[in-house]
Amino acid sequence: MTNPAMAMTQEDLAEPLLKVSDLRKLYAPGKGVDGVDFELWPGEVLGIVGESGSGKTTLLQCLSGMLTPDSGRIEYTGKQGDLLDIYGISESQRRLLLRTDWGIVHQHPSAGLRMGVSAGANIGERLMAIGERHYGTLRSTGESWLREVEIDTARIDDLPRTFSGGMQQRLQIARNLVTQPRLVFMDEPTGGLDVSVQARLLDMLRNLVVDLGLSVVLVTHDLAVARLLSHRLMVMRGGKVVEQGLTDQILDDPQHPYSQLLVSSVLTP
Amino acid sequence: MTVMIQVTDLNKRFTLHNQGGVSYPVLSNVTFEVSAGECVVLDGRSGSGKSTLLRSLYANYKPQSGQIHVRHEGELVDLVKAAPRQILSIRRQSLGYVSQFLRVIPRVSTLEVVMEPLRALGTDRETCREKAAGLLRELNIPEALWHLAPSTFSGGEQQRVNIARGLIVDYPIVLLDEPTASLDADNCAVVVSLIRQARARGAAIVGIFHDASLREQLADRRIPLASPAKEKAA
Repeated sequence: MTNPAMAMTQEDLAEPLLKVSDLRKLYAPGKGVDGVDFELWPGEVLGIVGESGSGKTTLLQCLSGMLTPDSGRIEYTGKQGDLLDIYGISESQRRLLLRTDWGIVHQHPSAGLRMGVSAGANIGERLMAIGERHYGTLRSTGESWLREVEIDTARIDDLPRTFSGGMQQRLQIARNLVTQPRLVFMDEPTGGLDVSVQARLLDMLRNLVVDLGLSVVLVTHDLAVARLLSHRLMVMRGGKVVEQGLTDQILDDPQHPYSQLLVSSVLTP
Repeated sequence: MTVMIQVTDLNKRFTLHNQGGVSYPVLSNVTFEVSAGECVVLDGRSGSGKSTLLRSLYANYKPQSGQIHVRHEGELVDLVKAAPRQILSIRRQSLGYVSQFLRVIPRVSTLEVVMEPLRALGTDRETCREKAAGLLRELNIPEALWHLAPSTFSGGEQQRVNIARGLIVDYPIVLLDEPTASLDADNCAVVVSLIRQARARGAAIVGIFHDASLREQLADRRIPLASPAKEKAA
């Protein structure tokens, strides 16, 4: 059993980082999020798996403050230990959270990057948004993050549209991590990438999660990615969580009929 | 001697919902203890539940009822009721598992694969590297291979890497599932020696060995398992 390594967090939080209670957002019966509860702790990677239409992307959108739920609560424990009701705080407070303490990595890098400004500017944007003005600092931070995500620093002034898909994805990750977020939401971060590119990205994500002590909510339809990156899994179907637990236990000894179907359907090369 | 594992009334069955709902019991009211410094061998025919029991001891399989207490930070903790993050903490510090096959992650070198569990405890890279190198040398993996990912290695080589990874941390509890199945006699002897060293330092060991002579060499005690269906018929 190869569990993803978990960061040894210094702080011993009595509260979970994220607490979701009876969350609902329905487009139609069984379509959307239909009563979801869970907690996420510091340093944990939670994988959400399920087929198309299971509600996992809707869940991620609600969690990341992008989609107001019909009912239920999402509580986040801020850096000072303060408990924030995500949809109880103002829109601008939510936006600040999204730009500093939180990150979102979209499946399509173009959704998470400014394609018309340089790589360096993309990385620097969140820093500037919280008041960093010193050009030298912005430049050196840009360079160090490009190195971190294995992009040649000579490309710092290039536009993202000149990058390959894998490079754009790595740039998106750098752009999010520059403000040292504690919680990152990822939607199919390796979807659409060639397998060799995927392997490199997954490797990077594995290491960054441990090195930075990140908590992650990861939506994926790929069980191999889920196994590699997540500590815990939630299996979704028809808007509900049908099973949740330790990743290797869910994948090796699934109890629920749908989990069993999902696991047995995967081809192994 | 300190009790390190305490299994009480463990029941496990498999229900295959997508294959007509066929359900078969594998473990039936299993109860036993393992103390520090003991090597206990699971005995039983193929299908009697040995691997199932071992995986349950690692919380990889989920029992239907019963308790599995393992000693972690001085206390006995029930794995069946523990939260995922607690189980991961227990696996990191107190509970080691050597499976029959290495699960290969692309791009990660043999040395890194072996170092990882010790790194996860916060040990510095140099110490981890030295310990990993020592184990790989003892297990006859040539140094030329250490910087390569193990995906192209032979089955026996992969298994020796797997064993090194499983034993780099001095776990108080060690679970071994057919660790020597793909090994030749010389390497088998090395693994037996490593297991004896673990026992000598006080580890509680539970193992499955297909080879009868290995069972003879290593077992302080045997726990017999019989498939419940057979028990019913008898």
